[in-house]
Parts: sequence; C-alpha cells; structure tokens
Amino acid sequence: MNILVCVKQVPDMEGRFVPNAAGNWFDETGLAWRMNEYDTVAVEEAVRLKESLGGSARVTALSIGPARAVEAIRKALATGCDDGVHIDDAGAPERDPWQIASMIAGFAAGRGFDLIFTGMQSEDRGSAQVGVLAAERLGIASVTGITAFEWLDGSMTVERELEGGRKCRLRLKLPALLTCQPGLNTPRYPTLPNIMKSKRTALTVLSPESVGFESPKVSSENFRPHAPNAAGVILEGDAETLAARVCEILASRTSVLGKGGAR
Amino acid sequence: MKLLLVGECRDGRLVAETAELFGFAARLGAEASMVLAGSVDDLPAFDGRLYRAEGGHEFDATFHKRLVLAAVERERPDAVVFLHSSYGWDIAPRVAFAIQSAQVSGVVGLDDGGYVVESCNGKMLRTVTPLTDFAVLTIQPGAFAAAPMAGSLEVIAIEAEPDAAIEFLGCIEPERGIDLCRAEVIVSAGRGIGSAEQVELVRALASALGGEVGASRPVVDAGWLERARQVGSSGQSVSPSLYVACGISGAIQHLAGMKSSGFVLAVNTDRDAPIASVADVLAVADVAEFLPALTAAIRARR
Repeated sequence: MNILVCVKQVPDMEGRFVPNAAGNWFDETGLAWRMNEYDTVAVEEAVRLKESLGGSARVTALSIGPARAVEAIRKALATGCDDGVHIDDAGAPERDPWQIASMIAGFAAGRGFDLIFTGMQSEDRGSAQVGVLAAERLGIASVTGITAFEWLDGSMTVERELEGGRKCRLRLKLPALLTCQPGLNTPRYPTLPNIMKSKRTALTVLSPESVGFESPKVSSENFRPHAPNAAGVILEGDAETLAARVCEILASRTSVLGKGGAR
Repeated sequence: MKLLLVGECRDGRLVAETAELFGFAARLGAEASMVLAGSVDDLPAFDGRLYRAEGGHEFDATFHKRLVLAAVERERPDAVVFLHSSYGWDIAPRVAFAIQSAQVSGVVGLDDGGYVVESCNGKMLRTVTPLTDFAVLTIQPGAFAAAPMAGSLEVIAIEAEPDAAIEFLGCIEPERGIDLCRAEVIVSAGRGIGSAEQVELVRALASALGGEVGASRPVVDAGWLERARQVGSSGQSVSPSLYVACGISGAIQHLAGMKSSGFVLAVNTDRDAPIASVADVLAVADVAEFLPALTAAIRARR
C-alpha cells in the first residue's frame, strides 16, 4: 500500500503572537516550531498501518513550507515514514487553504497513493478545509475528524467524532483521504537510531509551480489579539497572596463559599 | 444579500444552533432561505423557502453536498452558510470545491465586508475576505445571537443521488454516568497542569469547593481523566455557578461548552491564553503552586 501523510509545521501555541509587517499573519521572530498536533496523530496512524501490513507498504511524508518545514519532515521520518517530500514555498504560511490543497493534490495526482492521512486542521489557521479540498480535487472519498481506524480485508472502518461525545462508525474503501483528530492514537517518541537515520534520508524538494499551485480564493488581513475581556481581572503575584485575593473575590462575587463544600 | 442557510439534523432533531444561522442572516440584513436534509419532526419556522430532502444517510457526505448544490442552483444565493460543526466542516469544503469558490471557516464576527475568524487555537483574530463573488461560510456555534424562529414556510422538495462510497455502520452513544450539568461548581483540568499526578491538586480544590472534576479534551486524550468528564462541544456543555479552568488554554471547542458559566476563574501561566476572553478572573500562576494555596485558603474560610 502506498500511503501519503501531510504535515505542517506550526508555532508552539504558548508563544507570543505579534502581527507581521503586512498585518495579515504573525511575525515569526522568537517563535518555537513543532509539528501540528493533528498531524502527529496522522503520522502515527500512517506508520502503524504500514507496520501492520509489512511487506511493500510505504509512507511518504509531505510538507509545504519554508526551509524550516524540513524539521517537521525529519520528525515524520524519525517516527517511521519512509520518504520525505518538501514543497519549498517561502510564502506558504500566508497561503489560503485552496492554494495548499492545490499543491497537495497536484503532488499526489498520478503518484498512486492509496490512502492519504492529514490532520483535521492546523492549530494556527484552523480552517479544516485542506484535507477535504485535496480529496475533492483528487476525486476520492474523504472522512473528517477520525478518532479510530481499523484496516480489515481491503476496507477501512473509522469512527468520526460528532457533537456531545457521540461518534459514528463508517466503512469505506481505497483510495481515500482521512483527516485525523487527537485521541486517534498516542504518537510514539522517535528512537535515537531512527532520528539519526531520518537525518541521512534524502528529501525530494519540489517547487510550488511544479505541483500546480493556484491563486488564492480569500485574502486575510488585520491579524490581531482579542479585545481584552472588559469584565475580567488579571491577577499576578506569589501563590499565597494570589490565593487569598481570589478567595475574597469568590466570597464576594459567587455564592459557592457560603454553603456545602469541605465535606 | 441572499443567503442559503444549511440546517442541520442531529439524531433526528433540528439542532438548536439553527436559530443562530438566522441570527447571522439578520446581522447581515440578508434574505434567508434554508436547505435541510434528514427526517425531523420540528421544521424550522421562518418566512422563506425551505429546500427539503429525505433519504440518504446522515454521513453520506457526497449526498449532502449534492443536495446543497441542488438548492444553490434553484436559489442562486450570494453565500451558503453552515454551522462550524462536524457536519458543517465536513460538507462545506466539498460545496466550495464544486463551485470553485472561497470558503471562510469558523466565522465569529463581521468586519467591514470581511469575516472575523479565530487563529492560533483561538488566541488571535483575523479578518478574511472572499475573493470570489460566491462564498461558503461556516459560523462558529455560540458566536451569533439566535434569531426568534417564527414565520411561514414555503417547502420545496429536492432530491439528490445517494453515494455508496461511505457506508454507515451506526452511532456510538457517549458514556454516561457523570452528569456535570447539575454541578454547582466544576474544577477542570487542562493540559497545562503538566502531568497525570497533578490531577490530584484539581480533585482537592474541587472537593474543597464541593464541586465536580471536569477536563479539557487533551487531558482526556492523554488518559489523565475519564472521557465522561470532558467539557466542550465534543463533550458536555455545562453552566455551573463557578467554573475553575486549571491550565486550560481555552480552545474554541472547550469555550463552547463552558462559557455560559456564572463565574469563571482561570489559572494559567499564559496571560494571552484564549481562556482569558471568558474569565472573570485570570490568575497568572503555575497550577502546581497556586491550586494547593487556593485549596488551603478556601478550607481555612470554613
């Protein structure tokens, strides 16, 4: 089986986000980078499937991004992917989902992938469009937000998360694209030998133009923080002083300290 | 402006947030029609056209895409609007691709012809503007006030071809047993607590307050607490008198499940965390130091 997994490198969300000069996205200065969490479960599931199949199954990890995206590809390789492909695009962070999907589908078309795993969304843009758009371009079935995957006799059974803790179970055949939710699996930590090996693996580097990248469908402006919560209070200080103040506030603004509790 | 709203049936019922789609249309001063697939007893009430289809299973994405496209064909709207739900985010890009149009996901506000969406796990905002005449939108549940549902419908039956690619095997109902909805106080653990061991600090505070322990999704995914304690759109929606969010950054799906709480205390080392947008008090502190101090202070008051 020929498997493709798409990964994006995103900043650590604990970082401090400041608008870039154009104001359309964030300035990358000072941010720490890692693999999008949704994609880490996609990589893990792809590698588990490959391992369970053995033999000729192969996993290709694809990332679209500037030079730094190579780290995310190396991480995927260290987790057990066989081949790495980098669509080297310095403009990628500001591309819209339509453009990213055009590149993924452009790369995948004609390369005979049976199954494509992606994250359900990225943590930074959070549009949840790219996987489905790529599948529609390729004319293959897709299921979004899977939390369970089972391969049996040529077909897949997946669970898809709905609202309120409900899930549905669906069965489909290859070729297909699945977008993955955290909770699908617990991604492994790469072993040292695999990390070393991943560094020696030669990556395929492609240009956006060579995979048919298209014009955007939306523009993005005015990247900004939320307006501060006017009603909210931010308290700082050492733990004891802070606890005493919070306790006073709870006593005066809620009724929960007046009854029950401390049982 | 003319909007085609996409109603949603979940488990045989019209979802409550359907009224928010009409609220969104009202905010834009737009004329609204709706397309609705699935069997429901309670049709929405509004003055306008309801494109109605039965048959096909709830998770046949291609069937639902075709129905929406059939309604678009007849209605010729300027935009199609879904809820940003498991149904909406699944179907919307299929419709956008078919029409080769822009899509804006998770709209939370309007901004001078553009749509405001959240970014960076809800920490930041940006304004997204479609570059095509027609647009597909998904709106974040809870972001727009519900419009009153009243009026007389013109029901128009539509049909589409079901698709065999995805076979529906059934639904799995959530584990029950812990009903957080009745709790007066909920103290929830988020990933920021750091480890499974720290859950004890959360339990101790919940006990001092006579409350229940809740959890954010990453904590449940990591197995630190049972899934039945998950608060958020994929877990339980709660509105206690006091909600304490410990080490919870405040992803949109978590906020959707707790923002109607009476009073929200957030404990987080990141003062820019999105939980601050719904917190009455944000204590900028490390959970490991602050929770024992608060637990002791509360016990001392009694």
